[in-house]
Amino acid sequence: MGLRLPSKVLEHILSFIDSNEDRNSVSLVCKSWFETERKTRKRVFVGNCYAVSPAAVAKRFPEVRSLTLKGKPHFADYNLVPDGWGGYAWPWIEAMAAKCPSLEEIRLKRMVVTDECLEKIAASFKDFKVLVLTSCEGFSTDGIAAIAATCRNLRVLELRECIVEDLGGDWLSYFPETSTSLVSLDFSCLDSEVKISDLERLVSRSPNLKSLKLNPAVTLDGLVSLLRRAPQLTELGTGSFAAQLKPEAFSKLSEAFSNCKQLQSLSGLWDVLPEYLPALYSVCPGLTSLNLSYATVRMPDLVELLRRCSKLQKLWVMDLIEDKGLEAVASYCKELRELRVFPSAPDLDEANIPLTEQGLVFVSKGCRKLESVLYFCVQFTNAALLTIARKRPNLKCFRLCVIEPFAPDYKTNEPLDKGFKAIAEGCKDLRRLSVSGLLSDKAFKYIGKHAKKVRMLSIAFAGDSDLMLHHLLSGCESLKKLEIRDCPFGDTALLEHAAKLETMRSLWMSSCFVSFGACKLLSQKMPRLNVEVIDEHPPETRPESSPVERIYIYRTVAGPRMDTPEFVWTIHKNPEIGVSHLAIK
Amino acid sequence: MSPEEELQSNVSVASSSPTSNCISRNTLGGLKEHNYLGLSDCSSVGSSTLSPLAEDDKATISLKATELTLGLPGSQSPARDTELNLLSPAKLDEKPFFPLLPSKDEICSSSQKNNASGNKRGFSDTMDQFAEAKSSVYTEKNWMFPEAAATQSVTKKDVPQNIPKGQSSTTNNSSSPPAAKAQIVGWPPVRSYRKNTLATTCKNSDEVDGRPGSGALFVKVSMDGAPYLRKVDLRSYTNYGELSLALEKMFTTFTLGQCGSNGAAGKDMLSETKLKDLLNGKDYVLTYEDKDGDWMLVGDVPWEMFIDVCKKLKIMKGCDAIGLAAAPRAMEKSKMRA
Repeated sequence: MGLRLPSKVLEHILSFIDSNEDRNSVSLVCKSWFETERKTRKRVFVGNCYAVSPAAVAKRFPEVRSLTLKGKPHFADYNLVPDGWGGYAWPWIEAMAAKCPSLEEIRLKRMVVTDECLEKIAASFKDFKVLVLTSCEGFSTDGIAAIAATCRNLRVLELRECIVEDLGGDWLSYFPETSTSLVSLDFSCLDSEVKISDLERLVSRSPNLKSLKLNPAVTLDGLVSLLRRAPQLTELGTGSFAAQLKPEAFSKLSEAFSNCKQLQSLSGLWDVLPEYLPALYSVCPGLTSLNLSYATVRMPDLVELLRRCSKLQKLWVMDLIEDKGLEAVASYCKELRELRVFPSAPDLDEANIPLTEQGLVFVSKGCRKLESVLYFCVQFTNAALLTIARKRPNLKCFRLCVIEPFAPDYKTNEPLDKGFKAIAEGCKDLRRLSVSGLLSDKAFKYIGKHAKKVRMLSIAFAGDSDLMLHHLLSGCESLKKLEIRDCPFGDTALLEHAAKLETMRSLWMSSCFVSFGACKLLSQKMPRLNVEVIDEHPPETRPESSPVERIYIYRTVAGPRMDTPEFVWTIHKNPEIGVSHLAIK
Repeated sequence: MSPEEELQSNVSVASSSPTSNCISRNTLGGLKEHNYLGLSDCSSVGSSTLSPLAEDDKATISLKATELTLGLPGSQSPARDTELNLLSPAKLDEKPFFPLLPSKDEICSSSQKNNASGNKRGFSDTMDQFAEAKSSVYTEKNWMFPEAAATQSVTKKDVPQNIPKGQSSTTNNSSSPPAAKAQIVGWPPVRSYRKNTLATTCKNSDEVDGRPGSGALFVKVSMDGAPYLRKVDLRSYTNYGELSLALEKMFTTFTLGQCGSNGAAGKDMLSETKLKDLLNGKDYVLTYEDKDGDWMLVGDVPWEMFIDVCKKLKIMKGCDAIGLAAAPRAMEKSKMRA
């Protein structure tokens, strides 16, 4: 027979291959490559926790060191997914604990994590190092305490925007006096006050600590004392700045910051009073990332801060920055890569901030390296979009949220079709796109035609007919995640492009015109898709042509899931059965 | 007004790990239509089961309600409107989703405007019919995330259309409570975490200004078995009755939700009558932690004194609350302070 690489050699070669996409390709070559690859894969990423069973993953990759999982659909962030939907971490933790004791890192996003899960992690993985929970829920500070107490070599503990049952600040005291390995700690989403002396001691004995993100309960005094003990920090999330300004307090703060010569990233800044901002001036020239999105600071204080941040690459800010603030950013922050502008008043009719499309145009013109945008604005124009597309063809992520649904170009009263056409056509590397405003089917014809690299697309209140979905599903070759709400179509396009859905990770459609009958057909046609209907009523009590409230369709090799709540109906593959509503184990 | 409002749960409180201890539907005998929107009659609490007639009616009504129509919620034919009006107030919220758009022919904005104003009237009509339902639970389907108490009072907005700004923020029914506006669920797409943090931040900055009597006074409210905390602004109530009412509304969803789903709270909403039934069979007590760190039963001290000393609230199971400070001690403490 021909040449065959000894597996040791193959292993060595594979050790240079990190990218999972490449490793997936490697594993398809032949059986022995599959075997070697699976035994050497260290990082496993599962973008949809229901696409594959935990047991299968644990069995296939026994040497995994790092596991990343995502649970709920993205629209869960905006309350479109009812609670109890799913995304439970437990089965994964259990499976990993049984088969992969060398696991060191777990990163979960939008999953339900319980204290039991956390205790199990602490008990099962001897060399556990990294726990990052983003937008997770279901656990309390007791679970955190278990991790702190038991994981001797814990390096990273980050709770990012989680909903945690806060039973007090004691969890911090569970870090043993012998633990010195901490590199990153983020408890910004917790409410309770921790004992500052415990925190000071922890920081003092952690020489590798690079990233510290405090919760609002930490006072300015506390912050000063911590900064003194950790001048080596590169990332800092402050506590609350809302104390009365006293002169000595200010100078102490200033001094503490000026000693942090390696600080690159700053966030937190809740309730920051403008009088305190000058204390930050000393770190501004070194900052590459600044998150002011919780700081209710207004103009012109913002500009005073930003004009000193010449190295800034990432800026998150509220619309309080106004157009003129963004004009300043465009002229001072020439290294800017990512801009996010959030609404300060999420309620629709309170929007009377002087932030318009002009702000984004300024930044697009002035910041050559800009590649990622998230922008909330009351209304927009085609002209602005055209300028942005022309000036910034290097955009990779463009998410525009025109807050008023169906808002046309407010100067011409036309749909924003032309504008988004320009974006799709001009920004050839676009990976992620969110559209809004008044859009007809035409806009999606352009997007389908040009946005060949878009992987994730979010649409709301747009389009006229099934043509819209048809354009997207037939045109967007790289599409992996599509989420749509409140658009007037469904059945025809969906059934026509059923096969496309298996090439994607998931499709979410809510408040569209997708009928129960179509869901059934789709499910029967496509064996490896789970077609889940989220509806308050059993879909069978309605005529087949009636629309269902929400559908979530995803490819899977694990079959229908076993943990659906009452309001989620998995369409059965067998037409006789209709919907399966499997009882929970 | 009984100082201690208690909530009922005749179902075992779900543990916080939904995948173990799961309550299978079958154990709840007679559970039908577990309704996360909580709009239709929910038999999950074990009280009345659906009568056959009610089933039919409901089916018919549901049928009509889900018939494909073009137009925004509220713009249905008069016949349909009447049917909807027959339902309990809570049920009218059945189609809170914004979605049904004007027909394909009417793409131009002017006709959308016409539809919009017509629809808006209908929509706000349906909203205004149940004045009580202004609690935070209805809006935003913000089921699990702690909401600042600020959103408890009127939080609905008219769905804005592309009509001149001036029109978009007015309701058409002047009889409605002030600022009764409806919000589109999940729009604009801002994470709840951010919304709640900002709401709290704004309130806190009020406090910082040092105004003693005014400004919000947020305390956390937790409940045994509910995974998440809520926050209430004690200054937004003037007596124990109001506080109890607000808490009942807030936490009813938790107790109901525990019956039937994986243990994570479902979002059942009952009609008013069912709500009262639930509360009458009390199994929970309301307690608070005072400045000394002691846990006391709520209701024994005068209201003004209470909001002065209360640091946290907790809805405990009755059995857990045995031994908590009862009235005499509470009064003693307050006397010592006076």
